[in-house]
Amino acid sequence: MDSSKPPSQAAKAVTPSEAAAPAPPRQLSPELAAAAAEAWDRVTLARHPQRPYTLDLITELFTDFTELHGDRRFGDDEAMIAGLARFQGREVLVVGQQRGRNIKEKIRRNFGSPKPEGYRKALRLMRLADKFRRPIFTFIDTQGAYPGLDAEERGQAEAIAYNLREMVRLGVPIICTITGEGGSGGALAIAMGNRVLMMENAIYSVITPEGCASIMWRDAEQRDLAAAALKLTAPELLRLGLIDGIVPEPAGGAHEDPTQAARALGAALARSLDELSPLSPAELRQHRYDRFRALGNCFTE
Amino acid sequence: MTWFRKDRKPLATTPEKRVRTEGLWTKCEGCRNIIWKKDLEANLQVCPRCNQHFRLDARSRLQHLLDEGKYVERDATLTSTDPLDFTDVKPYRERLKKAQQATGLQDALITAEGTLGGRPVVLCAMEYGFIGGSMGAVVGEKIARAVEYSLASRRPLIIIAASGGARMMEGAVSLMQMGKIAALLAQLDEAGVPFISVLTDPTTGGVTASFAMLGDLNIAEPGALIGFAGPRVIEQTIRQKLPEGFQRSEFLLEHGMLDAIVSRKEMRDYLIRALAFMTPDVAATGA
Repeated sequence: MDSSKPPSQAAKAVTPSEAAAPAPPRQLSPELAAAAAEAWDRVTLARHPQRPYTLDLITELFTDFTELHGDRRFGDDEAMIAGLARFQGREVLVVGQQRGRNIKEKIRRNFGSPKPEGYRKALRLMRLADKFRRPIFTFIDTQGAYPGLDAEERGQAEAIAYNLREMVRLGVPIICTITGEGGSGGALAIAMGNRVLMMENAIYSVITPEGCASIMWRDAEQRDLAAAALKLTAPELLRLGLIDGIVPEPAGGAHEDPTQAARALGAALARSLDELSPLSPAELRQHRYDRFRALGNCFTE
Repeated sequence: MTWFRKDRKPLATTPEKRVRTEGLWTKCEGCRNIIWKKDLEANLQVCPRCNQHFRLDARSRLQHLLDEGKYVERDATLTSTDPLDFTDVKPYRERLKKAQQATGLQDALITAEGTLGGRPVVLCAMEYGFIGGSMGAVVGEKIARAVEYSLASRRPLIIIAASGGARMMEGAVSLMQMGKIAALLAQLDEAGVPFISVLTDPTTGGVTASFAMLGDLNIAEPGALIGFAGPRVIEQTIRQKLPEGFQRSEFLLEHGMLDAIVSRKEMRDYLIRALAFMTPDVAATGA
């Protein structure tokens, strides 16, 4: 069914039977074949249907979660959730993309792909946290911002761009975790943090492997080669200096033991918060400027 | 028998005599008229009949916009290191080399320092002919440095976008350029230094979703494709054809995303007018 497919870039729902590398025989060197298989394994784990989603993590890590709705402009986007919560006794704001597990929930959550109102809601509430000096935790899990007609009409690009710039100005600690898929601008729009962590099997990329494969190979089936070429795994991003740390997952992936996965994440979040808490609002802003200024300086003079 | 005989000399058809017409003419997609390329060039790549804006290379833009066509280039030697060691069907390094040879540029953006109506400005122009004007580490760094130079000198910043978005072959490194530039633009905004974003055909993806939509003014050339997702991706998502004119400048203006649509010929005067509002008044000269 069309409606069961995620909305973006010719991607298919991943079922275990599809998770194996594509079938047609290809002439690959052993190294390339191994790299492609490994990268694709990560993609499969990052998209695993039983992987803990944002609300699952919130239930495990926070108490008194109180969801807040709407962007005060257009509507409430249920692909993006935000609310007040308590983290180890501290008042914090939580923001994140939310996916659905069954068809009905998937449609309600728009397959985890927010529209402009989702990004505007996220920023509105992050500003609320800034006003009352509460730290912000964001959880990123989206294939990308929704690429649809209505999203374009309401300024998807502007909503993302505006978040990028305005998040940098907030005077409270912002700790971001890529928990599943970090899909391009739609992920970055809530990932402008002082700390950016990745779960061990999460991926973070400028385009989905399917999207990259259909453009560069003209064949979406080459998605595993694209996944390897894009270097989208947590160890690769750490090596490139684009993230600050990796949160270990239980053997086999976070879905094998969500509680243990959440516990490891909680410990990493607490450590980051302890490190950032002593900083003044001005220092936190400066820290964020400096962090992003130094990213991805991959050039020669 | 023939009474008169004529010497039938073969017609002299030396190749030099033939008039070469290939490449001299081009068809306008707007009005379907055939235009002489020289006319098009003289008219800044705008169709003289229907005002259709063709793509214009970065150097021509700078020459047209800046006083006397003069400028000093900054950070011209920055070159990508291919951080992902990316290979699809062809190595990225080869694609880079080819683009460098074709354009004479090291990457998809020129940063220029010059004057506009007598006012010193920093002007960045993207080159669509260089891997679709895509933004990787070099474009990101050059814009970052342009913003820093604007900040330090308080010269207004103008960026002319023409880009398919982030450069896929630099993966998450490209993505982070969006964050880097946005962070610097926050500082430029706080310092009260003007930033005008000029969107030209096409401006999509990570470029629209970062600096191109963050101008104090966002202005576009007529008929430019501007959006977050490309039209093909949207059609695949919603599984229907997009309406005529969707994601064109006029559509964005109607939906409140642009301050104005300005045709190429009026762009220079428009920028001068806008900068007069955004920069301190110069002491009256009495003239």
